[in-house]
Amino acid sequence: MTSPEQAAAPAAPAAATLPSRPEFSARAARWFRLNQDRLRGLLIGTASLILFLIAWHLLTTYRVVFFVKFTNVPAPLAVYASFTKAIHDPKFLMHILLSCRRIFIGFSLAALVGVPLGLIMGRFKLVHEIVFPVAEVLRPIPAIAWVPMAIMLWPTNEQSIVFITFLGSFFPILVNTLHGMTLVDPVLVRAAKCLGAREASIFREVYFPASLPHIFTGLTVGMGVAWVSLIAAEMISGQFGIGYFTWEAYSLVQYADIALGMIAIGVLGLGSSLVIRAAGQLVMPWRSR
Amino acid sequence: MSQIAAETRQGHIEVRDFALSYETIDGAVEAVTDTQIHVEAGEFVSIVGPSGCGKSTLLNAVAGFLKPTSGVVTVDGSVVTGPSAERGMVFQQYSLFPWKTVRENVEFGLKMRGMPKFERARAARTLLGLAGLEAFENHYPERLSGGMKQRVGIVRALATGPKVLLLDEPFGALDAQTRIIMQQILTNMWQRLKISVLFVTHDIDEAIFLSDRVYCMTARPGSIKAEIQIPLERPRQQSMMMSSEFLALRRGLMSLIREESLKAMGGEITDLGMQGLGIELQGQSIPDIL
Repeated sequence: MTSPEQAAAPAAPAAATLPSRPEFSARAARWFRLNQDRLRGLLIGTASLILFLIAWHLLTTYRVVFFVKFTNVPAPLAVYASFTKAIHDPKFLMHILLSCRRIFIGFSLAALVGVPLGLIMGRFKLVHEIVFPVAEVLRPIPAIAWVPMAIMLWPTNEQSIVFITFLGSFFPILVNTLHGMTLVDPVLVRAAKCLGAREASIFREVYFPASLPHIFTGLTVGMGVAWVSLIAAEMISGQFGIGYFTWEAYSLVQYADIALGMIAIGVLGLGSSLVIRAAGQLVMPWRSR
Repeated sequence: MSQIAAETRQGHIEVRDFALSYETIDGAVEAVTDTQIHVEAGEFVSIVGPSGCGKSTLLNAVAGFLKPTSGVVTVDGSVVTGPSAERGMVFQQYSLFPWKTVRENVEFGLKMRGMPKFERARAARTLLGLAGLEAFENHYPERLSGGMKQRVGIVRALATGPKVLLLDEPFGALDAQTRIIMQQILTNMWQRLKISVLFVTHDIDEAIFLSDRVYCMTARPGSIKAEIQIPLERPRQQSMMMSSEFLALRRGLMSLIREESLKAMGGEITDLGMQGLGIELQGQSIPDIL
């Protein structure tokens, strides 16, 4: 409770140096009070990340063996060293770029097919009745299990990896869109009809915007699964990509690179879900307050 | 549009030999049976009745959402076959589009009619001004109070210049104070626009205060039990609610409804509630005890 006030204290003198805005310091104090919770979260979050790094550092420098062995685990500083080396290495950047491209193509295709299909299935019973059983059978199959089939289906490795990524994100997107459609408030549809809306307008003005929150849930989940699927596919059948990089590092006994690959995957996954969240706020201004 | 309606006195609703039943596993369940109602052009008519009596069903049939099992609903002589913008509707749950701003909600009907963007924005602003909402035109509905939401709902329904306005317990979710203000706003708008209103409520005071005429419905299956003229002069003031005339009307309507409510609840109480509680009724009927 006291930490935000302590955080506010050093800001006040800085504010006082702005003579043109006499209320600035009062405003700054208010801003700190209003954002107390968020600042607190930020502080604790940073502290927890630092603690994690310290724990990692200690466990590896002392090569702790306690059920799990930290004997061969690279230390954070070693990983940082390989990171500084890697960012000047065009090959590493190419791995990352290629993974991002696969995600972009696979995920975009999944969204372009999954969202409209979900909307249409939600609106037209016959389409639902035809597509749903097939989707339900295919949905529980993990994308990794598709790897051999994908290699047979597609002429190039690149295409089969994109296909795996597509499959991973397709079903969460489809299912969530469909779920959103079933939850559309029928009273809103009736209200639109009373105001003279026809089928196409109701679809565009009611069903679609009403489903958007669930569509974005689907996109967020789909993006997560897309990365899971991509990394698995790259590890098994890739020649490039950050998943391949990580696996290759293991084969070449480059332990620091394993951790570097893992962290890169984490950062990329986090970044891509942030992009989706930002897009969601942009598309649904009525949901942000 | 509304001016034309006023001149030629459009908006005559006629419901004849109306019955509506639902198909269930146990056979057809009658919701409304043998019902005749009418609303003259420019008249304000309410339907009151115990809950579950089918008054909303009747209103939804006039709106065109439900098809009568037998009988016919006409507006100005043409049979109602589906919803249309000429019958505006206001819902208890407000049913504003959450993804549209207040003004976009009001514009919706005009947009559906193909009115150009600039024109409909101007029309919506004028209407919002009448309802005292111009300051909120760019707000999303979520941020409005219940009373404001319902004002937007009414304005939205009126924006297309409908012949009739149908309201399904529109103030049921509002607190008592807001409700009285909303009633006043509604009567003002109705007097200005001179359109026909069919108003469903379970609030007797509200029905008397607002209406020219009140239909009282029986318990399920619903039908018209009584039709009561409300001779109170207009414009109506809140102080009239204390007048002896008002109270007499209230008493009469109250006893009619009470009878039907007990009839509707009586079965449930003897069948389910009382037995479950182990209360002995000793041959007395529920109305006697209550």
